[in-house]
Amino acid sequence: MQEPVVSDTRTANRELLDFVFSWPKWFFAVGGALNGLLVAAVAVVILMLMFGLQFLGYSHPVYWGFLIVNFVFWIGVSHAGIMVSAILRLTQAEWRRPVTRAAEVLTIFSLLTAVQFPLIHSGRPWRTMYWTFPYDWNRGAWPNPRSPLVWDPSAIFTYLTSTILFVYVALLPDLALARDRAPNRISRAIYGVLALGFRGTTRQWRIQAIAGLLLSAIILPIFVSVHSIVSWDFAVTTVPGWHNTVFAPYFVIGAVHSGVSAVVTVMIVMRYAFGLKRFIKRDHIDSLARLLIVVATVWLFFFMLDLFFGLYGTEPAEVDTWQRRLVEPPWVVIAITFIICAYVIPVPMWLFRGVRRSFFWMFVTTILVNVGMWLERYMVVVPALERKSGLTFTYGDYAPSLSEFILVAASFALVILGFLTFAKLLPIMPAADIKEGQILADRIKVGRANVPAAMRE
Amino acid sequence: MSNAAHESAARAAAVGALGQTIPTDAEVPPSDGTRWGMVIDLDRCTGCQACVVACQAENNIALNEEQRVLERRAKTWIRIERYWEGEFPNAKARFIPVLCQHCGNAPCETVCPVWATYHNPEGLNVQVYNRCIGTRFCANGCPYSVRYFNFWNPEWPESLNNQLNPDVTVRSKGIIEKCTFCVQRINRAQVDAKTDGREVADGEVQPACVQSCPTTALTFGDFNDEGSTVSRLAESERRYTLLENFGTDPGVVYLKKVDPHAEAPEGGHGHAPAEDRA
Repeated sequence: MQEPVVSDTRTANRELLDFVFSWPKWFFAVGGALNGLLVAAVAVVILMLMFGLQFLGYSHPVYWGFLIVNFVFWIGVSHAGIMVSAILRLTQAEWRRPVTRAAEVLTIFSLLTAVQFPLIHSGRPWRTMYWTFPYDWNRGAWPNPRSPLVWDPSAIFTYLTSTILFVYVALLPDLALARDRAPNRISRAIYGVLALGFRGTTRQWRIQAIAGLLLSAIILPIFVSVHSIVSWDFAVTTVPGWHNTVFAPYFVIGAVHSGVSAVVTVMIVMRYAFGLKRFIKRDHIDSLARLLIVVATVWLFFFMLDLFFGLYGTEPAEVDTWQRRLVEPPWVVIAITFIICAYVIPVPMWLFRGVRRSFFWMFVTTILVNVGMWLERYMVVVPALERKSGLTFTYGDYAPSLSEFILVAASFALVILGFLTFAKLLPIMPAADIKEGQILADRIKVGRANVPAAMRE
Repeated sequence: MSNAAHESAARAAAVGALGQTIPTDAEVPPSDGTRWGMVIDLDRCTGCQACVVACQAENNIALNEEQRVLERRAKTWIRIERYWEGEFPNAKARFIPVLCQHCGNAPCETVCPVWATYHNPEGLNVQVYNRCIGTRFCANGCPYSVRYFNFWNPEWPESLNNQLNPDVTVRSKGIIEKCTFCVQRINRAQVDAKTDGREVADGEVQPACVQSCPTTALTFGDFNDEGSTVSRLAESERRYTLLENFGTDPGVVYLKKVDPHAEAPEGGHGHAPAEDRA
């Protein structure tokens, strides 16, 4: 469906590695600004460690808020990498090629950011090893396997490990490329070690391809499990509004919605920031937008199911929670904003070819989707806690504090900074994969016939 | 090796590898042991808050200054909830003391990742401060909202130093605390009884709230002892438990208020606060 993107391998190599070996001025400016935000967040965390969690907006009975919402949000964004990369690789979608690495790297850094949040959010983070690692053998006090907070680390760290492996396997040929073109001895040595002696022999290519395919297939169940388990943090409790069997698929599809949108945003930024106009084309965002139409609609269906199950049971507490979420101020504002941002504006716009193929409009709509999805998580988590049970005397409202805003902003800074650093040190465009696509797309003349230059095995 | 023998060996190996067996709902609470519990007669409660003050003093609870109450971070292991019934001028204040219900099937226990809260063999829902890492998952899971988080290290004015109870841990920042049914008093009574070579008598253990109640609205005792005062009181037809629809099997039984001016008896007992929604 696409015209060949590269005509000359040498030019392609140079362009794809350009950002790795050059130092544009804006890199330092952006990096500095992001680091400033991170310093503020570190200061907040140090204050929290020293003086307790009094700087957060929590009070009785709302003990979870912005930080948990942000955790769920970044876990959601991390689902993009596998959705785009593994599924599209397995289905041999050709247009995936320039997209995959960025999506996977986004996965890694959003996961790494997400796991910070339950950690700093706990009262005594220095003891959190208790629930991640079963180590207290003599005392007989193991982590409690009935708690979703024990399932969480297993799922997330499995996902993180497999994603890093996935990225690394795909990165090997590009590392070898960087090694061969490194401008000085030190970087040549570093890339050489990282490339694990990849020389491009037939056997190495075969192993690399098989490993990539196997990992794609193995990662898929993990992909489904991660956000299911995150949703069970809420669904296995008795809190009305959380206690819902539809939460697992609802969260997974919501994650894909926000994740794929984030990938589109990142690609458009990369196109201009890294000078990749010849590689990221309108076809790519067009394909992703078509995917998003389906994902968003399925997500809306699950949202409706969640609402329907809540109301159909006519349990007073559950109906109260939904009333608070959708009707009562201030939540009604958030509810309307989120549904407009996540569905009502973007999806009808994506139906038009002109929007799907416009970098500007795709940038705007995908940002809107993620604003909406952040608010959606906020709406799922907090109102349920504010009106938890029939004991009206304990009702209390939640108002986020400045510290929480700083931490949330810093999480975005951390992801962007991680992504930038990766792109600075390692090829963010899968050069080998793009060239493979190029070769597969090439056609040669044999006599009169016009046939593909290479056959897919 | 036969199939059955193989299976039991495998099971033994699994238990050995885990190093412990996980208590199931069937094991807790034991039917033959003690199950500590409380009966609260709402007909006797005047809402005087003596129990709240006594609890505060007995359990080294940090001072609830005005600012703490306003920001909803005050800690009250037992609190008097006040509900208005009827419209002015016929409005009536209804009081209900709410403390940890020590549920037999507690929503807080399953969600704690570190076993900081668990069910002990005497029917108490125990909070182990040393294990708690402050995820606050239990506080979210508790439908009664009786779990309180320490946002900072508690401080007392110098003059109150000698007032602190040496039998009770002072909780540091970052952990959850809640009503213990004055477990230090239970322990002391048990040690005394063991020294004397006898069983703990009914009424011998009195948590601070029970002891301080001027109208004896609160009664504490062993629900598994059929002759105990709480068992007798709990047979009352006014009996109900709080938020019964959650199926938590609370260890606190409430006796409904007797209202001589009630218009007509409603179907069933209880759910008083739920119907009082403002």
